[in-house]
Amino acid sequence: MTKKNLVVIGNGMVGHKFLQCMIDKGATADWNLITFCEEPRVAYDRVNLSGFFLGKTADDLSLVEPDLYKNNNIQIHIGDRASTIDRTSKIITSANGVSVNYDKVVLATGSYPFVPPIKGKDTDGTFVYRTIEDLEAMSAHAKKSKIGVVIGGGLLGLECANALKNMGLETHVVEFAPRLMPVQIDDVGGHVLKDQIEALGVKVHVNKSTTEIVNENGTVHKMVFADGSELQTDMIVFSAGIRPRDDIARDCGLVVGDRGGIVVNEACQTSDPDIHAIGECALYENRIYGLVAPGYTMATVAADHLCEPESNQFTGADMSTKLKLLGVDVASFGDAFAKTPGSKEIAIKDSVNGTYKKLVVNESGSLLLGGILIGDASAYGNLLQLVQNAIVLPPHPEDLLMPPREGGLSFSMGVESLPDTAQICSCNNVTKAQICNAIQDQGLTDISAVKKCTNAGTGCGGCVPLVTDLLKAELKAAGIEVKKDICEHFAFSRQELYSLIRTHQIKTFDELLDRHGSGSGCEICKPAIGSILASAWNDYVLTPTHAGLQDTNDAFLANIQKDGTYSVIPRIPGGEITPNMLIVIGEVARDFNLYTKITGGQRIDLLGARVDQLPLIWARLVNAGFESGHAYGKALRTVKSCVGSTWCRFGVQDSTSLAIEIELRYRGLRAPHKFKSAVSGCTRECAEAQSKDFGIIATEKGWNLYVCGNGGIRPQHAQLIAEDLNKETLIQYIDRFLMFYIRTANRLERTATWMNKMEGGLDYLKQVIIHDSLGICAELEAEMAYQVQTYACEWKTTIADPEKLQRFNHFVNVDGPDPSLMRVEERGQVRPPFDHERSEERSVVMP
Amino acid sequence: MTQTTIPAVSQWQTICPLTRIIPNTGVCALVNNEQVAIFRIGNEVFAIANYDPFSKAYVLSRGIVGDRQGIPKVASPIYKQNFNLITGECLDDESVSVPVFPVRVIDGQIQVGIT
Repeated sequence: MTKKNLVVIGNGMVGHKFLQCMIDKGATADWNLITFCEEPRVAYDRVNLSGFFLGKTADDLSLVEPDLYKNNNIQIHIGDRASTIDRTSKIITSANGVSVNYDKVVLATGSYPFVPPIKGKDTDGTFVYRTIEDLEAMSAHAKKSKIGVVIGGGLLGLECANALKNMGLETHVVEFAPRLMPVQIDDVGGHVLKDQIEALGVKVHVNKSTTEIVNENGTVHKMVFADGSELQTDMIVFSAGIRPRDDIARDCGLVVGDRGGIVVNEACQTSDPDIHAIGECALYENRIYGLVAPGYTMATVAADHLCEPESNQFTGADMSTKLKLLGVDVASFGDAFAKTPGSKEIAIKDSVNGTYKKLVVNESGSLLLGGILIGDASAYGNLLQLVQNAIVLPPHPEDLLMPPREGGLSFSMGVESLPDTAQICSCNNVTKAQICNAIQDQGLTDISAVKKCTNAGTGCGGCVPLVTDLLKAELKAAGIEVKKDICEHFAFSRQELYSLIRTHQIKTFDELLDRHGSGSGCEICKPAIGSILASAWNDYVLTPTHAGLQDTNDAFLANIQKDGTYSVIPRIPGGEITPNMLIVIGEVARDFNLYTKITGGQRIDLLGARVDQLPLIWARLVNAGFESGHAYGKALRTVKSCVGSTWCRFGVQDSTSLAIEIELRYRGLRAPHKFKSAVSGCTRECAEAQSKDFGIIATEKGWNLYVCGNGGIRPQHAQLIAEDLNKETLIQYIDRFLMFYIRTANRLERTATWMNKMEGGLDYLKQVIIHDSLGICAELEAEMAYQVQTYACEWKTTIADPEKLQRFNHFVNVDGPDPSLMRVEERGQVRPPFDHERSEERSVVMP
Repeated sequence: MTQTTIPAVSQWQTICPLTRIIPNTGVCALVNNEQVAIFRIGNEVFAIANYDPFSKAYVLSRGIVGDRQGIPKVASPIYKQNFNLITGECLDDESVSVPVFPVRVIDGQIQVGIT
């Protein structure tokens, strides 16, 4: 069978997408694909055109892989415009005189920028913003300009204003309508956006109708407006909307809309069944879709239809958008203008922070129909999901715009409730849908495979717990038994390992591996089991049987930094320190040339210590009376405090003394993850106890205990578990709480996540810890008492043993430090150089 | 041991007694002006470059050793990528690998081969 000829007119984003779809479908076996491309280059990313001004080249923006067309036998006529379609003899001719017989045609001619009929509109110094050539011309003219004006305050106009601003021009936006972005946002939003944009130094003129462009020596000089005012400028860019390029369709007698656009049906067919039209040139149900996503949908529909008629339909598209314009978040979704009969609006305008958030709900307030977000569009993904899936709203839909009410339920708890569009990994921009699809399509069952396939979690790693939760949820949904195995070496969860170790009195990793594991272990099970052994038996973590289990932080009793040096944090209980002790820290930092910084936990961080320096530094610190701060361990970090009733005129209890007592009680306690605490001396809460794993706030009558808060990647307030406790009861509850957490939490699970996943949550925790519903409180208290009694400062133990100190030499066979370490001076201290600074003179090898 | 995949050794340099390395940990040695990470798993030894190509720091000797499906490996202490101790290949990114060095134990002494 001879192949049929399919001619695609236009090689913009949508035209290319159509060709790509045909290639992907294997349709090149049945069709000769021929395409005409008026521009001097193949399709490029017009959406990110402004990237051109940030140094991207035409090649960077190209959407077509080199040789893609050639390898798929697609004939492309670059720089040649198809000029006529003869529908009778089915021949297309081009401006360069090429003529091609066709069986089918796809029109992807796109649109052209609308230039209003203003006197002087063709003066030198006026531009449009559509092609790379347009940008090159703008860029050249901008070099000799000081002021630039964009006519049109829509989406593209504001992007164009950003480009002018980036080129260093005094930038103005002139909009005919009474507000910016009249198509997407309402009056109030328009004003907030205007304020925000003006704060960034772009002048916005609304309600301005330009009547004339006046030239001086043939070049743009000033604009005159209908209200008589004038504006001086050196260049003008028209961005007053787009018009479909339908001339070739008109000329051959296809049906077009009253205001332009080639009329198409659900299959993207024009009035001639052999001719399709897609993208911005097509008019579906009297509407032009001026965004790329609907254009891509049409390209897919047309390709499907040509290969298998009636397989897929275009029935309109969602015009919801979220973008950053001049650095300001703008989002508009669903029925943003409350056009649905009976719909109601909930809006918050915050002029202080420059945000505007509006929700449109149905008459009863049970469904979200649409909305507008300006200044902060972080909720967009979530809200759009509520609209698209018609999810029934919580009783107070206004909560969607605000943080949850005190004591109220947060509407979206757990990873299942996140929308598919939610960005899970912000380093690599991976969405929930991408992760879930990879898990489903490729049958992934473990986290390392998910990381490898999707790249999620391979940047900073902060999202790994979320990705893990997603994996578990997906596997559960697929009916696959979720293995709680900690890793391939142990078919047990952390909880199960903990009870094995306790009940069988297992004292070493090797013993556990022999009896209950396989292989030789890994970086997952070893530190976890090392931590459990410490929580249960509290042996010195660097004994030969335990040393190899520890993560490098625990293995060297310091926190590793990006260049392989370490930070040192001595314990400063409750944040209280004498002047003499402060001086010791200062002297040590000075003598070892360490970078010093105050931590958020009221301690002092000494950074940049080489591994060989650690014992020398600690010898000095221990000698002066300091102890390990366990900043390197999954252990108690600090108990932060305010000065309380001792100094503060508002304090009602001695918070500092309590903080010191608590910090000393739980110092060195290993747990599934790090945990922090704080004590505030009054309800003003200066110690921020409610952001801690356990926090204590003084009352007139005693102490209130809060549990399971944290900062970090997903901040969560701690919740009140008991009120007005005396100190003995308070400590009893904390003992129980911490040991219960150590017993039952998963590996690397903070207390907040632990409680969120717990069936019954806080109420259950109260039952266990206060009412002893499991009858284990005596055990928990005894286990904690053992921990408190057996505490020993790890650094003190280490420096007392010369054999242990050998491990801290950088080289096993020669003396001397790591010669690769370098330092750069900054603000009177030293830091590691960034890569680009390594070869610079100011980077010196660390002495 | 591991010599099979490695070019001929012209000279063996003695590093330290095997007992100097705590079982299932690593140390760093300076061999021919290169930093070499030497690991002991049981009484077997492995040697790869100490340089971690991901963090660009000389730290691999401080990683946790273990196995993935029987392949002996070390996890970088900085960003936790795993490296095959026999081949030097990164198990989490096929495009990356680190050099491996011939290594043996003779009379209780660890020796690294210079090629």
